[in-house]
Amino acid sequence: MRHALLDPAADGVPAIEARGLVKAFGGRRAVDGVDLCVPAGTIFGILGPNGAGKTTTIRMLATLLRPDEGTARIFGRDVVKEPHRVRRLIGVTGQYASVDETLTARENLIIFSRLLGLGRREARRRSEELLDRFGLADAADRPLKQFSGGMRRRLDLAASLIVQPPLLFLDEPTTGLDPRTRAQLWDMIRELVRTGSTVLLTTQYLDEADQLADRIAVIDHGRVAAEGTADELKASVGTSTLQLTVRNGRDVAEARRIVERTLRVRTAAMPESGTITAPLAGADDLAGLLLALREQGIAVAEISVRKPTLDEVFLAITGRPAGDRTSNEHDPDREPEKEAAV
Amino acid sequence: MSLSANRETSGTARRSDGPQPGIARALRNSLTMAHRALLKVRHTPELWFDVTLQPILFTLMFAYIFGGAIAGDVKGYLPIIVPGILVQTVLTTSIVTGVQLREDMEKGVFDRFRSLPIARIAPLAGALMADAIRYAIASALTFAVGYLIGYRPAGGFGHVLAAMALAVVCAWSVSWIFAFFGVVARTAAGVQGASMLVLLPLTILSNAFVPVDTMPDWLQRFVNLNPVSHLVAAVRDLANAGTFSREIAVSLAGAAVITAVFAPLAVRVYMRRA
Repeated sequence: MRHALLDPAADGVPAIEARGLVKAFGGRRAVDGVDLCVPAGTIFGILGPNGAGKTTTIRMLATLLRPDEGTARIFGRDVVKEPHRVRRLIGVTGQYASVDETLTARENLIIFSRLLGLGRREARRRSEELLDRFGLADAADRPLKQFSGGMRRRLDLAASLIVQPPLLFLDEPTTGLDPRTRAQLWDMIRELVRTGSTVLLTTQYLDEADQLADRIAVIDHGRVAAEGTADELKASVGTSTLQLTVRNGRDVAEARRIVERTLRVRTAAMPESGTITAPLAGADDLAGLLLALREQGIAVAEISVRKPTLDEVFLAITGRPAGDRTSNEHDPDREPEKEAAV
Repeated sequence: MSLSANRETSGTARRSDGPQPGIARALRNSLTMAHRALLKVRHTPELWFDVTLQPILFTLMFAYIFGGAIAGDVKGYLPIIVPGILVQTVLTTSIVTGVQLREDMEKGVFDRFRSLPIARIAPLAGALMADAIRYAIASALTFAVGYLIGYRPAGGFGHVLAAMALAVVCAWSVSWIFAFFGVVARTAAGVQGASMLVLLPLTILSNAFVPVDTMPDWLQRFVNLNPVSHLVAAVRDLANAGTFSREIAVSLAGAAVITAVFAPLAVRVYMRRA
């Protein structure tokens, strides 16, 4: 059965509606006019390099930080005017695990349960349940200092689910996790959305956004640089990649000439496998190419058109690869320091 | 770790709907936060050092070093110094409240507290409630050490308890000042520094350690105005004479004023930062 507070979803009220959000820290505009609309019941991914303004945006939406300009509504509730109502609708999992380092896992869950209004016995029962569900039962009474990164993340998520919130903010939920734990968290996130929640997650991992998010916003320099589904974003970059394998290895050189002539592009070839790779602007060009190859009697073993990866999209939008921390600070004009004269 | 195995239990708990009565909820949330603070010290016993070692060491040191010089012998000095050390200890302990609050607020867990639908005052009030227990321990230890080396308060056990309660109440109200420093300061070290700067002159330039009539006139005027002197005098009156003097009323009034000014200030700054 659906949660009463999840019903706004049925009315078509967006889970998040932000307009022109701005936040400056000492003159630097960390967030510089962000607009977001996240439909209820979806997973929305915010993608961006470090320092792009992802965390600041989440903190404003989660009532942790007051925006300098702009408005944001969570299920129609203004984050500045009705923060208390907004807090009833959200759960926040911070970039650094938002749990109490000095307490045990069980104590953490019990304290948060009590704060959320559960009775003493109910809090105990719910904590037990979550410890089991997140595979933390064996470590329940150990202090968190001895926890691995993955265990902390799981506890963090468990604490957000004591009472499943209609909207959950996950700030880089899988940073630093091994692939297996990451896959487990992905499953949990999908499960949350299946049971009626909306999830906003930030990530530096493109495959994470690609796999999980219904829609993605790429944030760079505090602005939304692009927004859409993964497919739309990929399409916006334009060029796909053509891979063509000839049946007979001797034909590679000739086939390559034909491809370059027909598509008017430069190609790369791997003579051992007989594969030619070329950028392709539109699928229309493909028909002419295949005709030309048949006219020359070149048999094609395999042909494929691959859309660009989200990595390529990211590179095209932000001008640097995902997870590149240094390119921002690095000043290409600076001369290398001269060695001291002897 | 399968989620679907337990699907029917996921997300069925209900977030409380309409707002609960404000004060009842604030109290309940604060008690939970106090519980958290106590769990924290249970796991990190070194947080108790200032309320255990300090009263023992200071009482012993002051009694044996200054006793002969100031009162002729140690035993004669004890009725003066034990209440003095008591007040000095609880007040310096109240600085730790601000320092720990600052440290706590820098941790990620405070983000979660801020994002929960709880009374905004709870994280502050809870921490301060738990600290009242620390003041009680410091007070009890000071009197216990004094008793062991020969202090026999003439007021009797009941009045000693009243004296301890008075010290705890006043230290609690003073801790709101340091809680305020805690929420405005940028670092825990800054809180520590600023707080010592305020408190050190107040505890030294008081009647806590020496009789006031040995001081020059101009200093006596300041010392007699100093609120710390009033509190020390009130504790002495209770413990040594068993009388509820005017000094008690003055101390309690001072505590009320401090709380009335600094509690709302601290909470307001905390909430604005929140």
